[in-house]
Amino acid sequence: MTKPLLELKDVVLKVNRNTPEEIMILDHLNLTINAGDFITVLGSNGAGKSTLFNAIGGDLSIDSGQILLNGKDIAHESVEKRTRFLARVFQDPKLGTAPRMNVAENLLLAERRGQHRGLRPRHLNKQLDRYRELTATMHNGLDSRLTTATGNLSGGQRQALSFLMATLKRPEILLLDEHTAALDPQTSQDLMHLTNERVQQEKLTCLMITHHLEDALTYGNRLIVLHHGQVTFDVAGEAKAALTTEKLYSFFADIE
Amino acid sequence: MSLMVSAIGQGLLWAVLGVGLFLTFRILDFADMTVEGTFPLGAATAVAAISNGMNPILATLLAFIAGAAAGLITGLLYTKGHIPILLAGILVMTACYSVNLRVMSGRSNVSLLGKETLFKSHFLASLPHYFDSVVLGAGVMIIVTTLVIYFLQTELGQGFIATGDNQTMARSLGINTDNMKIMGLMVSNGLIAFGGALVAQNNGYADVNMGIGIIVIALASIIIGEVAFGDLTLNQRLVAVTLGSILYRFVLLIVLKLGFNATDLNLVSSVVLALCMMLPVFKNVLNFKHILKRGLDTND
Repeated sequence: MTKPLLELKDVVLKVNRNTPEEIMILDHLNLTINAGDFITVLGSNGAGKSTLFNAIGGDLSIDSGQILLNGKDIAHESVEKRTRFLARVFQDPKLGTAPRMNVAENLLLAERRGQHRGLRPRHLNKQLDRYRELTATMHNGLDSRLTTATGNLSGGQRQALSFLMATLKRPEILLLDEHTAALDPQTSQDLMHLTNERVQQEKLTCLMITHHLEDALTYGNRLIVLHHGQVTFDVAGEAKAALTTEKLYSFFADIE
Repeated sequence: MSLMVSAIGQGLLWAVLGVGLFLTFRILDFADMTVEGTFPLGAATAVAAISNGMNPILATLLAFIAGAAAGLITGLLYTKGHIPILLAGILVMTACYSVNLRVMSGRSNVSLLGKETLFKSHFLASLPHYFDSVVLGAGVMIIVTTLVIYFLQTELGQGFIATGDNQTMARSLGINTDNMKIMGLMVSNGLIAFGGALVAQNNGYADVNMGIGIIVIALASIIIGEVAFGDLTLNQRLVAVTLGSILYRFVLLIVLKLGFNATDLNLVSSVVLALCMMLPVFKNVLNFKHILKRGLDTND
């Protein structure tokens, strides 16, 4: 359980490079993620949380440092290549699914994440029964809407589908970027429970950005705080279990 | 009667343009202006090749390749060069004008008089007048539509659809969206050039100006098909393009019967297309349903 899966070493990422407005978003950031870690990521706006995810995902290229997956530097691999081991769920429900394609088609696309797509027929009908069982585990009516275009689903259904799609083909690393933030409190709680259940069951390695201190404390085995592009706080196991919202608030007050 | 047959034949021959444009306009969700250059490029390529003694079937396939090459350039400018798609298309379209004149040895119009064409094969030449284009057009559309429908149901085709639908999601699932756009532009422009080759052989000449208004004609087949047949699945919509193309020819026939000149057709085409595209707005503004309901509801 303590084998390093992903290591970020001395990662620097700047925006507006070589202009007077140059800002260092990730400032020599170091982070080691072990296989099986479920890490909740806290930090104020502009602390670099989303940038960290984009650096891991490959949407933003880093200026210096290393990103090692199982010891191999992947910092210069394309976004497409990294999807072989990486899955993401975005905050905006619109970003996670193809709106004009139906639920089953979206699932089929996700099942081949990071793999070669050739001129073989997609064989969607063969998968329908399996997809019905899978979506039934979400308990939100998705299973009866397999042939509905995802653009016609509710935000909660879409986000649950996005989550299901991200975990359908087991990712080595799962990045959740405030994936419940756009939902109403009840739907948000449901998806959070489901996320936790699935991550535990499948023993997924997961990073979850959240602004919800309770969620950050309740879920996961490890909690990190980003501040000015560095990891300023990192607790795991019993130390994390002993944390309270009051302690976190006072910590945030100290670093500001 | 022969006018009707002629209209159906023309509709079928031109329908391949609609299917080609469907790949970019409806699936990738952008307007590709390259087609105004690749249509005459296909015509010029086929006519030049036939004039030099090439077999008409091979010449028509060569036109497809020429169109695909132009689409490749638009795709590279757009994805790798980060030039907005509208401008990338206009650049290649403009460049095509010069290329087309080169292909036609500097002449603006090259005739196929006395040369072999697809329409002079034994079978087609034996058919009654105008039926040759109906048979050839129908054959081509059955093959092309079947191939496109098959392609869209493959894993690659699904990745292609997803690219146009939600690029962020497609990338996050490992789909190379740049390659998908380039592929779409190549196939689309290949089909448009293929259509240019068919039309040139049907007309008996290639003209350097025959590309003007092509995007409107291709769009008209797509939009008229959609307006006429309403809610359809993706596969049905592809078939509707061909029917839309035939309906569009009927509209032109009626317009000519009303006394307009052939030179007015570009104006008419644009007006028809603009009206069709504004239909949803009219429906809202005029509120047909509401008016109908009020008329019928006596209790109100």
